[in-house]
Amino acid sequence: METGLAILIGLFFTVAVYLLLSKSIVRILLGIAILGNAVNMLIFTAGRLTREVPPVIPNDLYVPAEATANPLPQALVLTAIVISFSFFAFLLVLAFRAYQETGTDDVNEMRIAEPKDDPAPPQGY
Amino acid sequence: MAGSYPSVDVSAAMVTQPVAAGDWLVVAPVLITMIGGALCLMTRKNTDAQPKLGMIFLSLLVFANVGLLARVLDKGVITMVMGGWLPPFGIAFTVDALGATLSLIASIVAFTAGLYGAISVDHTGRRYGFYPFLLLLLTGVSGAFLTGDIFNLYVWFEVLLISSYGLLVLGNDRAQLDGAVKYGILNLVGTNLFLIGTGLIYGVFGTLNMADIAMKVSELGSPATGTLAVIAALYLLAFAMKAAAFPVNFWLPASYHTPNIVVSAVFAGLLTKVGVYSLIRIFMVIMPESREYMADVISLLAIATMLTGAIGALAQTELRRLLGYLVIMGIGSMLAGLAVGTNLAISGAIFYAVHSIIVMTALYMAVGIVALLTGTYSLREAGGIYGANPAFAFVFLILAFAVSGLPPFSGFWPKVMLVDASFQDGRGWLGAAILLSGFLTTIAMGRAWIYAFWRGGPEGTPDGQALALPAAQQGVFSAALWLPLGILTAMVIYFGLQPEWMFELTARGASGVVEPSGYIRSVFGDQ
Repeated sequence: METGLAILIGLFFTVAVYLLLSKSIVRILLGIAILGNAVNMLIFTAGRLTREVPPVIPNDLYVPAEATANPLPQALVLTAIVISFSFFAFLLVLAFRAYQETGTDDVNEMRIAEPKDDPAPPQGY
Repeated sequence: MAGSYPSVDVSAAMVTQPVAAGDWLVVAPVLITMIGGALCLMTRKNTDAQPKLGMIFLSLLVFANVGLLARVLDKGVITMVMGGWLPPFGIAFTVDALGATLSLIASIVAFTAGLYGAISVDHTGRRYGFYPFLLLLLTGVSGAFLTGDIFNLYVWFEVLLISSYGLLVLGNDRAQLDGAVKYGILNLVGTNLFLIGTGLIYGVFGTLNMADIAMKVSELGSPATGTLAVIAALYLLAFAMKAAAFPVNFWLPASYHTPNIVVSAVFAGLLTKVGVYSLIRIFMVIMPESREYMADVISLLAIATMLTGAIGALAQTELRRLLGYLVIMGIGSMLAGLAVGTNLAISGAIFYAVHSIIVMTALYMAVGIVALLTGTYSLREAGGIYGANPAFAFVFLILAFAVSGLPPFSGFWPKVMLVDASFQDGRGWLGAAILLSGFLTTIAMGRAWIYAFWRGGPEGTPDGQALALPAAQQGVFSAALWLPLGILTAMVIYFGLQPEWMFELTARGASGVVEPSGYIRSVFGDQ
């Protein structure tokens, strides 16, 4: 199970890095979404996968009777999902506004903050 | 219902003693800024009250941090756990001298930025949330300095990141959106790398508490190979990205010159230093063997970062972009301290961080005043300030000396410590790079002063001539802008002339991370 997921996570990272390296901003954003999911699955898998034993302690015991699923990675993943979702939403709007203002979705052409023909500083005094 | 459960002795899992009143200061910086941010957000339509309300909470923050630092110096490292759950199960806030010092300096800088913002941020900017974002940014920054839990550190990083997005696009003009795209995407990738490392740490050690991880790593005893080396490399890349170290520094010069100048000032002071702080915390406290293993890589990164910053600064015409490269240069100097990793080197890095937070914020503020007086940030067009306002020209010269590391200002002492430590450790090239980058910075800043201040006006005007100030701008340069700049400049001069106090403080901060037994004992008690 872990091996299969590890391969899947590796695939996700490959796709994410490939998309992040492209120059179209939409593809970069898709790369970020996939990267976030890859990280979430990685945390989930790193917390060990156990099947179908909920971490609930019976009334008369102090500790669980048998090995149970680990709830902490799920809490971590939940936090990370919320955060990456909100950041993704923000970046989508930001990218759209930047597209409106700059008129291009090609990051090589987005040179308003750093213009290509920026003059060199005065050389002599 | 409750009666049907067996009565349980909770002392094995929970803190049973009430928290000492003074220890509440540990969470005070986070609470104050969060509550202040929420209140400012609710009242943001009342743009006249915004600065007053914001300044109340920012001054409360400074007082809380002074109290916290005093308590840490008095009692040693303080730990407080959320919900009373004993570590490593509860999320711990663990404050040592390093965290408390940086938190205090950050709050002072934010206080001055709040003062400056009252003038430079207009009513539209206030309505769109300058003060709420500033306070929430400080929530993230203080939380990152104070937390003792590595996943919690990730959360604080995200808090400061989302607030910084808000500040960065405040004003919504084309260059800002362009810069924010690069800043936003690269920083998000950086935090994702951090999260990967954290997930792997949890997979290997089954804990997220920094002190607990530190103990488990030291029990491992083996050199940093295998998974641990992967984690260390991921953390190095992630925090180098956050700190804008070479070769992942591109987002900083692409974005830091686009927002309102006071926002640039806060960013330049605070954000990159949180990355450096995390590097020091993780590589000194948690994974010291990995740091030794990677010391050569880190020193190469440090040299490349310093030289990129200094040479980049030489090539800029725009004053704000020039300063952006100087921020990067400073990051390189702090990384040099991490590469050496001795007590003296880490003290130097902490002192440099304090100096850099103050002086970079002050320089951006000063450059904002240059633009108010001359109407431009370009070295080709600015000029005549010396003639019009010699006192301000003198202040700028002090800051230029300080950022270049010339005595008798605050930049001199940390550089002395760092160069000394590098030579003691047999890393002469590192020391040489610190000196060379200081020399190049002196040229870049000297040139900025000569063109923007000494020359009489735009290119071609004779020297020393006074700038004819447009009547509308005469009143702008008022006491309200002098005050924040004056506070920061006074600190620059004070730390330069009276460094003993800082020597002691940074030595305590450094010994706390070089020999983290006090940190671990504070979390787990005497075992």
